Amino acid sequence: MNEQAATKTTDGYRGPGLAVLQRHGVGVWSDVEVQTTGGRFRGIILPRSETADDKHIVLKLSSGYNIGVAAETVKSMTEHGRRAANYKIPEQEFPIDAGKPNIVLFGTGGTIASRLDYRSGAVIPAFSPGELYGSVPELADVCNLRTEKLFGVFSENMGPEQYIALANRIGQAIEEGVDGIVIGHGTDTMHHTAAVLTFMVQDPPIPIVMVGSQRSSDRPSSDAALNLICAVKTAAESDIAEVVVCMFGPTSDEYCLIHRGTRVRKMHSSYRSTFRTIGDIPLAMIDPQTITLFRDDYKRRRRDRNVHINPAYCDEVTMLYYYPGMKPDVMEAMIEKGYRGIVIAGTGLGHVNKLTYRALRLAQEKGVHVYMTVQTLWGFAGMYVYETGREMMALGVVPLANMLPEVAFVKLSWVLGQSDDRDEVKRMMLTSIGDEITEREPYNGYLIYQGAVPEVQEFLKKIKR
Amino acid sequence: MEVLPLKPFEEMTPADYAHIGLKCGLEVHQQLLTRSKLFCRCPAGHYSSSYDAEVLRHMRPTLSEMGEYDGTALMEKKTRKNITYRLHHATVCTYEFDDTPPFFIDDQAIDIALELALLLRLNLVNELHIARKQYLDGSIPTGFQRTTILGVDGWLPFKDRTIRVRQLGLEEDSCREVSDHGHERTYLTDRLGMPLIEVVTEPEMFTPQETAEVCNLIRKVCRSTQKVRRGYGATRQDVNVSVQGGTRVEIKGVPQIWRIPRLIYNEASRQVALLGIMKELNRRNVTPDTITTASKDVTELLMKASYAPVRSAIDRKLKVRCVKLCGFAGLLNTPTQEHTIFAKEFSDRVRVIACLSELPNIVHSDSASESLWPQDWQKLRKRMQAHEDDALILVWGDDRDVQTACEEIVIRATEAASGVPSDTRQPLKDGTNGFERVLPGAERMYPDTDLPPIEIPAERINKARAVMPEFVWETEATFRQGAMVEDDIQRLCISPRVPLIQRAMNELGLSGKLLGVLLAQRMRALARAERRPERFSDEALFVILRAHSQERLAKEGIAWLMELILVQSTKDEITDADVDAVFDELDIQRLTDQELQCKVACAIEAVDPTQFPTVTKLRRFLMGELMKDLIGRVDGRRMLDCLTKTMRTDEPNLAEQRTGT
Repeated sequence: MNEQAATKTTDGYRGPGLAVLQRHGVGVWSDVEVQTTGGRFRGIILPRSETADDKHIVLKLSSGYNIGVAAETVKSMTEHGRRAANYKIPEQEFPIDAGKPNIVLFGTGGTIASRLDYRSGAVIPAFSPGELYGSVPELADVCNLRTEKLFGVFSENMGPEQYIALANRIGQAIEEGVDGIVIGHGTDTMHHTAAVLTFMVQDPPIPIVMVGSQRSSDRPSSDAALNLICAVKTAAESDIAEVVVCMFGPTSDEYCLIHRGTRVRKMHSSYRSTFRTIGDIPLAMIDPQTITLFRDDYKRRRRDRNVHINPAYCDEVTMLYYYPGMKPDVMEAMIEKGYRGIVIAGTGLGHVNKLTYRALRLAQEKGVHVYMTVQTLWGFAGMYVYETGREMMALGVVPLANMLPEVAFVKLSWVLGQSDDRDEVKRMMLTSIGDEITEREPYNGYLIYQGAVPEVQEFLKKIKR
Repeated sequence: MEVLPLKPFEEMTPADYAHIGLKCGLEVHQQLLTRSKLFCRCPAGHYSSSYDAEVLRHMRPTLSEMGEYDGTALMEKKTRKNITYRLHHATVCTYEFDDTPPFFIDDQAIDIALELALLLRLNLVNELHIARKQYLDGSIPTGFQRTTILGVDGWLPFKDRTIRVRQLGLEEDSCREVSDHGHERTYLTDRLGMPLIEVVTEPEMFTPQETAEVCNLIRKVCRSTQKVRRGYGATRQDVNVSVQGGTRVEIKGVPQIWRIPRLIYNEASRQVALLGIMKELNRRNVTPDTITTASKDVTELLMKASYAPVRSAIDRKLKVRCVKLCGFAGLLNTPTQEHTIFAKEFSDRVRVIACLSELPNIVHSDSASESLWPQDWQKLRKRMQAHEDDALILVWGDDRDVQTACEEIVIRATEAASGVPSDTRQPLKDGTNGFERVLPGAERMYPDTDLPPIEIPAERINKARAVMPEFVWETEATFRQGAMVEDDIQRLCISPRVPLIQRAMNELGLSGKLLGVLLAQRMRALARAERRPERFSDEALFVILRAHSQERLAKEGIAWLMELILVQSTKDEITDADVDAVFDELDIQRLTDQELQCKVACAIEAVDPTQFPTVTKLRRFLMGELMKDLIGRVDGRRMLDCLTKTMRTDEPNLAEQRTGT
């Protein structure tokens, strides 16, 4: 960062902004006095964001504020020295304690612990154990931490290539003998990755915990530290040997929830408590002191190093979110483009209109695998209830019980990576590996309370959510 | 007890303040009168102490853009506060408690702020950059305040000089604190996010009084726009104080201007006292490099102590620790502010940072007799291996808090050896101040990554310039020239009636004095009588004033007519047309001399003069009757002249009639 700044002294400036800097022989980090038609300004020239316009120069005033001065108003610029930023998270050596579990943290590019890039305004992950220890020293109370950056992508850019690399690397790490794995991941598609890892990494002997943050850790009220502490504690101390997601429970800074990788979903674009277990209850809650288990039907931690890594993937699978009035050509186009599998998110119990039957027939003819999930997210696909459902099943559509649409998508991708046989694919799709289909929906698996109802308001007043 | 290093407050002269090198600066915060909050669409200006839900958060310090941790941030981290926010459905959305990113900045707020930046003659910024200013005390749930600078380097005229204005910022207001006990702090979020400006002056005020005056001037500039909020808490100021050899100390959130002078006096006194303590410590060879301290757990030793706070701590199984400050003996009772001693500096730190908020939270060996028995102090001295020159401070509470407390005592003692620490201090009701936090620096500023920069084009500035009011000091000068009395000037120079008054002075030639009486005093009386005089449009009032200048309406008649119209009208806005209608209805015209004389003559005829013992009484009665009839249409002086003249002509007649009885 720093070295970059030292060599590229006009970082980010283009057009009129760049011309003004060059004309006056100053650059980024110059401490300048600027005379403009609108008066005098004094400050340090900061790099310019590449997405901002090319008409302004950014100055950091001595008060710490940044301001933009229009290049066209500049009459003169006098340099009074240079002051490059020393941008560094205090790095302290992560203490090693032979009595503590060894945890590896894989980075995929999420912003779990991060610092700010003043240039682009983006957030750069703080990632080395030393940096993490500097920011979240509590981690050392729990484990010996090793970190490994696998990729540097935002979560929307995660895909088959990363899934397979991640699964393979997890397999190696288990063989190497780590006591738990934490995966830092962007939150947007964390539930896709959690699901695919459940299928690709089967029967691990240790916890594999995915974690992220909704507020980057350059913010004092970030959820990153608590998420990270809880995730590392889950990996180090819990006996849940499954792929799980560990994220804020309530929006209050109190505890995290541990969700099974196939039943979890991001449910709010910005809330801290965005991850919810859908159609079931979470595995556990955890705070920096205690893990409280909610159920005991999970796979236990083992001493052996056996794990079944199956990184199969077919990228010819797509999803179709049904809407009223949908014409069959949408699905036909998918089939004609060569997609081998289609997951439909249907209305209600899993329905599409009669118009679509034509496309379903085409799918059947071409041997395309069509599976039905529900837009309602909660509840089972129930295709025997109405005639529509029965007709669709006759056209080869297979209902996926209460499998979440995104989970069905990654599972079908994984299954079609292994077989194209209709019955085998169906058998695999309907055989639950990690509760992607559950037998029972508990009474407290569906809780979306409505504000303003007196009993809910009473709860909200008493309980810090 | 020793005395303060300064003369009593009332006796201090400007020369005395010059002698100690007093310098003061101001940061005036003023809420803007907008419909919405600054970064979300919640209504601005709605307050409610009740709440529907609560959210709990903690704050952690983060690095600044320049790669440094801020001292304040580190201090707040030590306090380990549980911060609870109270949420009310009507006043907050998910933005305020940081579960939704900011919406675009409120345009109305920018326009008002621009107007104020122009009035303060600042160099305007062409592109606004939203910054995050860290506040780890929890007063803002994000842990930072979104803030931006609109202009720098402006000035205000003050007496025979100018006061430079460093900058004007636009920022979101913080939470209102409900309580702060131990590790639990609670805030109301209704005020959170309201737009306010911050005007920062250079430290160019040299007496407490002067500082209050400049503060008042800035407030007047703000109010002259008619676009700022008023009422308790809508304007708050931070006062920066330093003396020669001292340090800039910020007294934060002074709610009323009249409190400023005494607060400054006490801070000046505190800094002079602290400098004296430093000198004495240095003389005793105690410097920041050589200072020697020690701290020990003395719970066991004090098992039998009878001093109630320590006794109760031990009974509650808490810890007692003792800190030895070598070379500090005899200094802890040094007065720093009015009825405040040096020891309070330690007690404050222990309260704020170690969260030991139950007072007293320390006792010390300089006031030994007020606490433990002498034999207990002896035991402590022995245990701490303390010499005569050493001071001991005792602190009690939860183990971890007490350790923090001991560390803070040592930090404060070390600071004492180098003078005045940079603090943010809390104004107290008695005019003294207490520690609030370490003064934050530029290190706490970060760019906000959630919002792009906002260009301020020239057209937008021109628009603000077009609507901005006249400079308030120019208005004052005009009013003063028009012989308006000073009280009325101060009321009216920031009133929305300024353009009306100037028009009445220029176009109608009315005196400032009369306009002051009418528009400050009469209007206030009418408001008090709940007549809602603000319903008059400027045009409506202008019609009334013009009638007076044309002698259609007498001076006495103006207020009479205003009240009459207000009583009769139920409308929310009274226009010039409404007033014209009243003039027509009452047929208010200038009475000619002839008409007047005729009226007077009729009135005289209608009375029986024999009923009145003296002519004076008769005249008074007649005057009353005539004014009742002609109020508003004839000036009292003109009427009296006419009446007197007519009565004199008739006098023989009148006298005869009376003697006839």
